[in-house]
Amino acid sequence: MKIIQLIKKLTLIDFIKGFIVTLKAFFRRKVTVQYPEVKTPLSPRFRGKLALMRYDNGEERCIACKLCSAVCPAQAITIESEERSDGSRRTVKFDIDAFKCIYCGFCEEACPVDSIVETNIFEYHMTENQQRIQTKEMLLATGDQYRDQTIENKKKDSRYR
Amino acid sequence: MKELLTSFLSFLDPQWINLIWSLSQIAIVTVCLILTVVFLVYFERKVIGYMHARVGPNRVGPKGTLQSIADTIKLLLKEVIIPDKADRFFFLLSPLLLLIPALAAWAVVPFSPEFIIADINAGLLYLLALTSFGVYGVILAGWASNSKYAFLGSMRAAAQMVAYEIAMGFALVGVLMAGGSLKLGEIVAAQSGGVLSWFWIPLFPLFIVYFISGIAETNRHPFDLAEGEAEIVAGFHVEYSGIGFAIFFLAEYINMALISVLTSILFLGGWESFFAGISFLETSVFSFLTEPSLFWLLIKTLFFLFVFIWLRASFPRYRYDQLMSLGWKVLIPITILWIGVECVMYVMQIGPWSV
Ligand code: SF4
Ligand code: SF4
Repeated sequence: MKIIQLIKKLTLIDFIKGFIVTLKAFFRRKVTVQYPEVKTPLSPRFRGKLALMRYDNGEERCIACKLCSAVCPAQAITIESEERSDGSRRTVKFDIDAFKCIYCGFCEEACPVDSIVETNIFEYHMTENQQRIQTKEMLLATGDQYRDQTIENKKKDSRYR
Repeated sequence: MKELLTSFLSFLDPQWINLIWSLSQIAIVTVCLILTVVFLVYFERKVIGYMHARVGPNRVGPKGTLQSIADTIKLLLKEVIIPDKADRFFFLLSPLLLLIPALAAWAVVPFSPEFIIADINAGLLYLLALTSFGVYGVILAGWASNSKYAFLGSMRAAAQMVAYEIAMGFALVGVLMAGGSLKLGEIVAAQSGGVLSWFWIPLFPLFIVYFISGIAETNRHPFDLAEGEAEIVAGFHVEYSGIGFAIFFLAEYINMALISVLTSILFLGGWESFFAGISFLETSVFSFLTEPSLFWLLIKTLFFLFVFIWLRASFPRYRYDQLMSLGWKVLIPITILWIGVECVMYVMQIGPWSV
């Protein structure tokens, strides 16, 4: 056994094998996706930027039950609620810290009225530290902006839930 | 070239012409070397990318060719940070201590039968001295940074270089015996006459040992324990930023090119053609293929540079004790053994170099 080991060592067999592996890879088809020009397809289940949705009549869905903030593992959601003039309970503050959020989607699962959702937008940025706090207005605006596409994605995924 | 210069500056003393000639040669080689490094950085990233089934840099310039120039500009524009507790003088000196020997060693490299900056008698010895001098830069950089990681890195580099220096020296002794001269030009001349009379066949083990210890000398993968990213972040140059880091980088790549060019010169016949000694080619129209020229040296050097990068893409880093046992227990005994074999071959008049 020792002699075989010695021969293996001296002839550098293992090194040659390793070289061949990488040389083969050198001529293999490249799998790089030229990102900004070419994009890979996204699953409808993709969890991206958070948004708050509205009913068809424009009323916000959120009823300030605070289930999402309770379930959030990163404690990224801060909610304060008050009674509105029509007697319903609504949030006056709904902040999500985009730096704390880990995009786990638990808040979406917990929400009883399908208010908070994750869109499949992942290309967004902010230039100032303060902008990481997504306020209620910003979240509702995101919801309005990507409403159709989000609803479509949720419909596609609903069969598997 | 030199005749042209002489006629052009005929009003000057011949001494002055010699000086200008040498200086312009030095300038040409230095500029070419820096361009080589620029190319090499691009080449390395591209080759490693291809071996990972990626395409590598492809944004700056056509096919990403200007990537390394962009990197250089970025590095030059960065702030040079000198740590508070660092020894300022040595901190700034040590990158140069690494770069100057790396550049100076090229003085004795024969690029072609005509082009060599200084054809000194003890060329091989000079090279051995200068390649080991680089370790001072590494040790000083680690010590002057006043950082534990940098210090660990430089200690590792020192031990490693001592171990591999010996194997390298013995490998060179073999070449010296075979070539019968310390002049690099004469060593190449001793290998003339086709692929089969190059030294790599009779000195095959030394050829391999020399290249392996060359890799270890330049602190490249898989022997880059001096900068092992995983355990000591970047080793001896962890505290360097901006241009200091760029100089370390430059020196590393110049050393890489130096080892490649030396391996080609000492074992693969330097400027000799691959087709030399093939009689039907020599008499046909393709006789230019058999002429010795710089071109052949460049091809061989490029091959070894590719092997450097290939190694980096293929193998994980050695463990420290493995590194040491490879150096002391494998490479050095092999070289000593082969020098013995060579002596016997010499006495029995076997082999191409027998006189
Ligand atoms: S996605 Fe997860 S981490 Fe982000 S807000 Fe919702 S529950 Fe919290
Ligand atoms: S978003 Fe949904 S879970 Fe969160 S407070 Fe509003 S209704 Fe409750």
